[in-house]
Amino acid sequence: MSEAGHPNGSSPSTRTFRVYRYKRGDPGWRFDGFEVPVGARTTVLEALRWIQLHRDRTLALRHSCLHASCGTCGMQVNGREVLACVTPADTLGSTITVEPLANIPVLTDLVVDMRQLFERFPDEIGTVRTSDALAQASPPDGIETYERFEDCIECGLCLSACPVSATSDAYVGPAALAAAQRLLEEPRGVDPERVLDWADDPHGAWQCHAAFECTEACPSSVRPAERIMALRGALAGGRRTVATVMPA
Amino acid sequence: MSGQELPGTERRDDVGPVLRKGVGIPASGWFDPRGRALGGFAFAVNRVTGLGLVVYLYLHLAVLSMLLRGESAWSGFLRLATNWLFLSLDVLLIFGILYHGLNGIRVALVGSGVVPDRQKALWWALGVIGTITLAFSALHIYGSR
Repeated sequence: MSEAGHPNGSSPSTRTFRVYRYKRGDPGWRFDGFEVPVGARTTVLEALRWIQLHRDRTLALRHSCLHASCGTCGMQVNGREVLACVTPADTLGSTITVEPLANIPVLTDLVVDMRQLFERFPDEIGTVRTSDALAQASPPDGIETYERFEDCIECGLCLSACPVSATSDAYVGPAALAAAQRLLEEPRGVDPERVLDWADDPHGAWQCHAAFECTEACPSSVRPAERIMALRGALAGGRRTVATVMPA
Repeated sequence: MSGQELPGTERRDDVGPVLRKGVGIPASGWFDPRGRALGGFAFAVNRVTGLGLVVYLYLHLAVLSMLLRGESAWSGFLRLATNWLFLSLDVLLIFGILYHGLNGIRVALVGSGVVPDRQKALWWALGVIGTITLAFSALHIYGSR
């Protein structure tokens, strides 16, 4: 990518990126403006990388896979939680505001402290989790069986979008509660009563106010809000039944 | 910091600012309309109408206290209560009651796991019921002048 070139696409036009900046020790945060050439297929992440390469090497951000499966490039773009790697910049207007995820402490610039997200999960949740493959799924010749992993990519978008998390740090948040419901649907050796005890808390399943913003923000079809509602159903129903929320 | 740690790691646990949505104060984070979908708006309007109904309750008690000041004070209030502006506030009150009540039913049905994945359909269905009821109420209120 040359200085004169644009990150991607065939007909570049210049957009103004307002990027949130904060470094440790700074008295506060600020927005820096950058003029970035944007093509038809340029993603927000590519535009931010262009800023790093051509304008400001100190701009810090997280990213890895570039195809929405690692969840590291979650951020707010024009106030909406997105994965920057799959968000086209071309349709976002002439001025594009980029901020870190909300409700999670900022480490630097667009990087938030994801430990604050992971620590909310119930202890029974491992870091990498396999899951039963769909019963009707038949692997192709040469492959013995599928190994399916959880849909949740732990990007934190749901926690940032949640209006309850915006006013209460004690609330465990949508990702952890959705993970708890997944454990009920598929316990994998975990005692469901322990999961229900964990969720049956004023700052657990009962603090959700059913705004469903987490489901709107989720890039991985986890549908956290529906899972929290199902979790409540299990709690409200005397723990006799566990509703299952199938992927949309 | 021990000699084996990398430079800067002693500050790894420094907590930076927490970005909040909202309109200036942290408590308004739930109200930020940017990028909200139907559920978020439904939640925000529910809170606004809830706050409005609490304010109305105290207003209502204050108005009723006029009865303690005799018939003339109450009659004076009744003349005020039948003008268009006041009747419009009555319609606004009915909207608040209908919205908060019907949305409460929606949240209860969704939130108790009865229909966990039908929040949008319920909002529209109850919205139609609420709109018809509000229109009927408004006609009745304005027709009472």
